[in-house]
Amino acid sequence: MAKVLLEMNSITKTFPGVKALDNVNLKVEEGEIHALVGENGAGKSTLMNVLSGIYPYGTYEGDIIYDGEVCEFHNIKDSEKKGIVIIHQELALIPYMTIGENMFLGNEQGSKWCIDWNRTYAEADKYLAMVGLSDSSKTLVKDIGTGKQQLVEIAKALAKNAKLLILDEPTSSLNETDSRALLDLMKKLQREEGMTMIIISHKLNEVSYVADKITVVRDGSTIETMDSKNQEISEARIIKGMVGREITDRFPKRHDIKLGDVMMEVKNWTVYHPEFSERKVCDDVSINVRAGEVVGIYGLMGAGRTELAMSIFGRSYGIGISGELMLRGEPVTLKSPKQAIEAGLAYVTEDRKGNGLVLSNSILRNTTLANLGGVSKGTFIDKDKEYEVAQEYVEKLKTKTPSVEQLVGNLSGGNQQKVLLAKWMFANPDILILDEPTRGIDVGAKYEIYCIINDLAKAGKSVVMISSELPEVIGMSDRIYIMNQAKIVGEMKASEATQENIMACIVGVSGESSADGVGSEA
Amino acid sequence: MNKFNIKNVLEKNIMTIALFAVYVLFVLLAAVIKGTNMLDPSIVTSLIEQNAYVFVLGAGMLMCMLTGGNIDLSVGSFVCFAGAVAGLFSVENNIIKNTTPTPVTLLIVVGVGLAYGAVLGYLIAYVRIPPWIATLAGYLAFRGLGTQILTKASTTNAISNFPSSLTHIFSGKLFETGWGELNIPCVALGVIAAGVVIFLNFKARANKIKKGYEADPFWFVLLKSILIAAVILFLAIEFSLDGGIPVVVLWIAGVLIIYGIITEKTTIGRHFMTVGGNAEASRLSGINNKLIMFAAYLNMAILTVVAALIVTTRTGAANSFAGQEFELDAIAACIVGGVSAYGGSGTIIGMVVGAALIGVINQGMSLVGVDQDWIKIVKGLVLLAAVVFEILSKKNREKKSAMKKAAAATAKTQET
Repeated sequence: MAKVLLEMNSITKTFPGVKALDNVNLKVEEGEIHALVGENGAGKSTLMNVLSGIYPYGTYEGDIIYDGEVCEFHNIKDSEKKGIVIIHQELALIPYMTIGENMFLGNEQGSKWCIDWNRTYAEADKYLAMVGLSDSSKTLVKDIGTGKQQLVEIAKALAKNAKLLILDEPTSSLNETDSRALLDLMKKLQREEGMTMIIISHKLNEVSYVADKITVVRDGSTIETMDSKNQEISEARIIKGMVGREITDRFPKRHDIKLGDVMMEVKNWTVYHPEFSERKVCDDVSINVRAGEVVGIYGLMGAGRTELAMSIFGRSYGIGISGELMLRGEPVTLKSPKQAIEAGLAYVTEDRKGNGLVLSNSILRNTTLANLGGVSKGTFIDKDKEYEVAQEYVEKLKTKTPSVEQLVGNLSGGNQQKVLLAKWMFANPDILILDEPTRGIDVGAKYEIYCIINDLAKAGKSVVMISSELPEVIGMSDRIYIMNQAKIVGEMKASEATQENIMACIVGVSGESSADGVGSEA
Repeated sequence: MNKFNIKNVLEKNIMTIALFAVYVLFVLLAAVIKGTNMLDPSIVTSLIEQNAYVFVLGAGMLMCMLTGGNIDLSVGSFVCFAGAVAGLFSVENNIIKNTTPTPVTLLIVVGVGLAYGAVLGYLIAYVRIPPWIATLAGYLAFRGLGTQILTKASTTNAISNFPSSLTHIFSGKLFETGWGELNIPCVALGVIAAGVVIFLNFKARANKIKKGYEADPFWFVLLKSILIAAVILFLAIEFSLDGGIPVVVLWIAGVLIIYGIITEKTTIGRHFMTVGGNAEASRLSGINNKLIMFAAYLNMAILTVVAALIVTTRTGAANSFAGQEFELDAIAACIVGGVSAYGGSGTIIGMVVGAALIGVINQGMSLVGVDQDWIKIVKGLVLLAAVVFEILSKKNREKKSAMKKAAAATAKTQET
């Protein structure tokens, strides 16, 4: 019965400067639930985008063989015609339309020019019953919860005659019960409809509950595929596959580390989501960092790390923030990014294009952005001084550019990251929170960024480094906090940390070595 | 610094070149077709006086557009309203019998502008009403309010006979002499202004060389200085032959110099561009985005009051149809002048060139005898062409840099 429905052979996808996928192979049999697991940026979503035609045929190398024939998808429509339907992590429903309207968007029922609403809603109800949703298809999407919205997404996919359903992090915005219901629905669809599904997830307990086969993706390559028929797949086993990478000396060493006083301490920090006001994005978090120390915060995407950092940085994220923030031993209240900068804090964002840099401006202007006063007399900018400052940082951080007048949008990711760092270094903070400082940049540039971080620590700055790359956290930090689902779930010295026991903190499996480290200093 | 490159210089100043070309073209056309001398002093002066409001409003609109392509549609209606208010207090009318001294009138009008600007700024920046909606409301309401005031105040629906103490501040001539005589103070001022521009150009170059930066070649700075000085001297002679410097020219120069300095040299101007360039990055860099938005609209209202007084005193009357489509003229000047419709970039000089280009097309076509409807069609096409050109050249540049990047990437992969 095990007919191979989908085969992806040696898929390679390159972005300018980065190899996102390197000779990836994936085989999915008909009627199975196949899970893709891996760290952030491992290439799972890229692989699925290749499959669904978002990255059209010709922009990647390798073959996609689906249902026995080689496919060349040029867009999503092509792949949907074959029955490959992808449900993205971000829900793509329109709130002020009914469930029925949403389900048949772009797939309208009726004649060519006229929508048959009776048929639309009748069909919609049929598929809603299939996913076990009892709401009328005439309900507005905004009036149902996110759990039900996810079911509508699945019903929408079924209405497109899906044969292969791809779910990208389907439970990331769902609570425990809704998640379980969704996973059970997946099993039901598999049983009753013979549906083939690929699920991408970070939640390993869910993966081992639902999947028949698990493929681990790491650094753009498929590492292994585990089959639950042949072996019991435990979470520990999955972790081993995910993190089995060797830590070589990709990280510059720091010598004679001198730790000073505690510079920043956050106590019982709780933050709520700005839109879903009952959802906690940080729950009773307490962390501290000393002068000259590099503290890593490890957590998977959505763990609440960015939310924690931004809420500390002048309450630039979240609502209902409670807890205590102490800088240099003194309790402070920072109400705006401006106050935070004045208090000696810097937040180097993970999203350099979105909220870090002004891409349409020059390196010069971006460098002085957070400390324009530093190159001005009163309100007048001293352009010569500004030029010198920008030039100095370009040389210091080895930013590759023809001139400081170059627009930041024209730089590579690594060089953009350096400009972002320069901007915050020029603001002369005592405490730097670096959010994913090496995301999306190549290995060489990474090493240079690590050197900069070490220099900062050596100069007595406190560095909080948020990262979802385990080797990076272990290689760079003096101390590591582990964050999961809005909570700090572990703390350990870098010398005691291994990839396995950090991952164990996250999945709640107490490994032997992790027990010592967790909470020892709390 | 980028290496000096003639092609870049030409590309950067394409609109200025177009302005010169179009001007020369119309001078020739007018002479050949109608036998009109477009270089006649009175025609040159009226070109500037007629378009004075565009320069003033354009400066304010530029500040709004910098914050993210935001516009103010209420400008024209507020010109009408502010003119009506000025007339209400300074001229005897059916509502207020006693006239107010000119300084008090000015305070009242500016106060009204500040009040409107503050309310508008508050609604846009803090209540977060989209600018075009908030100002659309102003567009409708102030046209109505202004007209109501004028109909109640006067049976002719207009207030005229403004006191000379008020009109002299905004219109008329400085150092007035007879027509056709060479006005010495006027020429002297022109020579001084030209001298200052040349001095500043060379001082900037000397400064760059002293600090070891790459400076433009000597001949280029010299050529640039000569061209600018020639334009200033040309205007000075034209003004002097027409009886003196129009007062409004000093207002224009003042506004343009102040806003030129603000946008180019101050932290405030930089903040405006940052908010428009990337609002989130700006917020996280400690800039108060809301305050900047507030300031943009407050500033616009103040400049609108200035424009209203210029227009009202020039025509000598406050009319219910005053200021119609002024907002569109100001926006068009910015767009043609290369101000980004999405915010984040734009210069006063660009806006000035844009405004002048539209003004020259307007005057030139009328002098040649083209129908008003056709003038509108041509202006529309010029606006469209300017934007299309801007976008295409940007795409072209991006393509080039992407190709460079890709080449660098492949070179790197081949190395490893």
